[in-house]
Amino acid sequence: MLQGWVIVCASFAYIGFLFAVAWYADKRADQGRSLISTPYIYALSLGVYATAWTFYGSVGRAASDGVGFLPIYIGPTLMMILWWFVVRKMIRITKINRLTSLADFVASRYGKSALLGSLVTVIAVVGILPYISLQLKAISTSFQILLQYPEIVMPQKVGTAGIMNDTAFYIAVFMALFTVAFGTRKLDVAERHEGMVAAIAFESLVKLIAFLAVGVYVTFVMFNGPADIFSQAMRNPQLAALATPFGGAAGNYTSWIWLTILSMLAIMFLPRQFQIAVVENVDERHVNKAVWLFPLYMLAINLFVLPIAFGGLLHFQVGSVNADTFVLTLPMSQRQEWLALLVFIGGLSAATGMVIVETIALATMVCNDLVMPPLLRFTRARFMQHEELSNLLLDIRRAAIVSILLLGYFYYLLAGEAYALVSIGLISFAAVAQFAPVVIGGMYWRNGTRAGALAGLSLGFIFWAYTLMIPAFAQSGWLSVALIEQGPFGIELLKPLQLFGLKGLDQTTHAMIWSMLVNVGAYVLVSLLSRQSAAERIQATLFVDVLSQTGERTGFWRGTASASSLQTLVGRFLGPARAAELFDGYARSRGVAAADELDADARLVRFAEIQLAGAIGASSARAMVSSVVQEEPMGVDEVMAIIDEASQAIAHSQELEEKQAELEAATRELSSANARLKELDRLKDDFISTVTHELRTPLTSIRSFSEILHDNPDLSIEERSRFLAILVKESERLTRLINQVLDLAKLESNAAEWQNVTLDLREIVDDAVSTTSQLFKVKNVKLDVNFPGVLATVAADRDRLLQVMLNLLSNSIKFCDAERGEVVVTVSQQRESVQVDVADNGIGIAKQDQAYIFEKFRQVGDTLTEKPPGTGLGLAICREIVSHFGGQLWVVSEKSQGTTFSFSLPINTVAVE
Amino acid sequence: MAYRVLIADDEPAIATSLEFLLNKGGYDTQIARDGEVALRAAKTFNPDLIVLDLMLPRLSGLEVCMALRATPQSERLKILMLSARGGASERERARVAGVDAYQVKPFSTKELLAQVRDLLAGVPIGK
Repeated sequence: MLQGWVIVCASFAYIGFLFAVAWYADKRADQGRSLISTPYIYALSLGVYATAWTFYGSVGRAASDGVGFLPIYIGPTLMMILWWFVVRKMIRITKINRLTSLADFVASRYGKSALLGSLVTVIAVVGILPYISLQLKAISTSFQILLQYPEIVMPQKVGTAGIMNDTAFYIAVFMALFTVAFGTRKLDVAERHEGMVAAIAFESLVKLIAFLAVGVYVTFVMFNGPADIFSQAMRNPQLAALATPFGGAAGNYTSWIWLTILSMLAIMFLPRQFQIAVVENVDERHVNKAVWLFPLYMLAINLFVLPIAFGGLLHFQVGSVNADTFVLTLPMSQRQEWLALLVFIGGLSAATGMVIVETIALATMVCNDLVMPPLLRFTRARFMQHEELSNLLLDIRRAAIVSILLLGYFYYLLAGEAYALVSIGLISFAAVAQFAPVVIGGMYWRNGTRAGALAGLSLGFIFWAYTLMIPAFAQSGWLSVALIEQGPFGIELLKPLQLFGLKGLDQTTHAMIWSMLVNVGAYVLVSLLSRQSAAERIQATLFVDVLSQTGERTGFWRGTASASSLQTLVGRFLGPARAAELFDGYARSRGVAAADELDADARLVRFAEIQLAGAIGASSARAMVSSVVQEEPMGVDEVMAIIDEASQAIAHSQELEEKQAELEAATRELSSANARLKELDRLKDDFISTVTHELRTPLTSIRSFSEILHDNPDLSIEERSRFLAILVKESERLTRLINQVLDLAKLESNAAEWQNVTLDLREIVDDAVSTTSQLFKVKNVKLDVNFPGVLATVAADRDRLLQVMLNLLSNSIKFCDAERGEVVVTVSQQRESVQVDVADNGIGIAKQDQAYIFEKFRQVGDTLTEKPPGTGLGLAICREIVSHFGGQLWVVSEKSQGTTFSFSLPINTVAVE
Repeated sequence: MAYRVLIADDEPAIATSLEFLLNKGGYDTQIARDGEVALRAAKTFNPDLIVLDLMLPRLSGLEVCMALRATPQSERLKILMLSARGGASERERARVAGVDAYQVKPFSTKELLAQVRDLLAGVPIGK
């Protein structure tokens, strides 16, 4: 038998243990041995996403929509992929600016706008209220059900018993006290709460264990494993439909997609997720592990949702038990009181985790962005007389926590009963999704303006309230149902659930489409149409370029202040001791002995502002600092000038970087060009030295024989004429050599004159053959010429081509078989070119020599026999000529298999005269 | 008996002119067209002096020179190198390889003959 006191005692014992965990973590943090500086704790604490809604509501949703409960968990898993860079950037921005909440983040981005901060706060509070009420509902329902043990009785309608007898009311009050004790326990108003994070991570473990315990019990004890449950369910056509995606009532593709998007945004923009993932983050690198650990957690906690839902549907009579309570009622129906108690504690941990973090995050927003700015503005003089303001800050936060929870309770009274758990949660998801455009836009789009952010947020919020909040009130009977059914004043087009005639969508999808459309639209349009103020431009750059900024930002500030007045100011909010500690630390870091010797320069002012921002938010901190700093009046023009200068400096430095990269590239190019030039120079030297050598050889013979003839008048006629013949031959050789060297130089330097005409290659070949026919006859070499019937023309210089042909033919005579010389010339039409082959039947050219023969002065031949007469320049010249016409010259040969020189020229497509 | 001079040059015209000049000057001559033939001829012909072209096929003049200087019987052998390259580094390399005199092509026939005479002056005629 579970007595009420047993349940209450167990709950308090659990809460007491939570406090112990938090206390221990705080103690460790003070000792500098932080408990939470591990990615595993970080990932576990992210599990605060799974609330009582997950714990009880997933099964409820699965029982009505089947696998339709999944998008809420698919979204975060998908989002994890983007986390790696989006959240990392968020964390960096938040740490650098000491931001305390989502409202602070948005306000700070758009020029530290207090108005925007307030708007975000209002949206967050209003949007989250349903969610908090959901937690209250879950705990009070489960408490009441458990109280009836072993009977299974659904609790009565809310409100019928009056507030004083309503369990939910007491739970709300209890939660408020609990959160106050938890979140504002210490006189430390800094933005981070290590103890809380440790406790939340612990709660994530508890709820996971409790849920898995029920899952295992239902699946393996009540039924014979998952296969048994599913096969029993499949026999029931209604249940079978649930197991297929898009088969359930609310399940169609559109709502799947929108639910996924919605939960993708929720995982980033729910105030508690922002608090845990960004504000409480200890180390950016933890994100890397959380990216896969957190989806794993989501998977584990969803593993048994379908088995429990089917188990409940199979076990209980249809309609007798609310599916949202299956997790609890199934163990109860089996008289498993300890398991039931564990489930209750699990649900409690899910709810308390959410409530603690959410209300602390909201209370911080309310305090820093809603209450403080007007307080500072309107009562600054009086306000400044307070010696110690940190107590005031804590009081404001405590009041905020209590108010938020009571508001949550009233929402529960008003609208709680009309909806299942999941639907209530979705209202809140849709509300926080409104932050996405201004936050994401603010992080990546420099031109988003304050006006744009205000417009987008307000319109999005209005559409959200009209399409989701108001129908929720109407459906719970608080407003007239006529509003939904006929539209306001009977205007059909304005029906909240079918706005401007958009029909056929479920409520959430409908609301998301409209609110996101106007939100993004207004944000972008107004941003494009409005101008940023100086402060906005500074902040926008700071946010968008946060990852590329290095070192300390000095800020744009001119003025006078004293270090001691700044320290006093910070002391008012953080306590004098803490302020002294901070300023002394800062002084040491600047190499100054004591804080009062510090120069009150822009950096110190910024330091003080950031310390304050950690406690009271960016916009309030700005206001406070400017109250003690005598800032020299700076006109907008001046500020703009500074900013222009700064952005010019940035642009310049970017330009410089580009220039440097260009220079480096140019240097690399130059050095490789230089290497090329050196190589060319070396080649040129080689060439000149080779040419000189080649010229000296015939010259030597000529000189020697001239001297011989001169000195020996008594030579015989035979000898004389033999020497004279050598003289003539060597002179010819010298002339030929000089001509070819000059010719090659002309070709290589592009100084040659070309007279390109349309040519039929057959004519050239004919010409060359008839010119050399005498030589062929003398050397007794057989010559065959093959022409095709049809041949395309080429564009080339007639004389140059003739030169190539003559060269190839004379080569072939030189190198063909000495005894039975045979040369075959073939002209052929290829697909895009005309080809000429000159084949001889000589000794061939070894493979390794084939590459060399086109080089200058490279002659390949068996030097044991007579050295082939020639200059060694012919083929080099031919190759130059052929490649000038866009063609190719190559050789195919095997040693002692003959040699074929071929060249091809592209078909003439352009009409050439 | 006359001095024996081996002409090692792959250019037929140059070899012919050297042959004529040296015969006319009273020397016995033999022609080698590449480095390997020159090395063999150095053994069989047993010359007192070699007129050695630097750019010989198969084995360069330098290689021939070094190979000859590695054998004991080359002590009394004089080597006159002919080259189209007259740079100081080439001359030095030739000197180190064991060349006795160096002539740059194109050379004066009188000078060449005088040099051959000088190199063989006081050298007993080989057997």
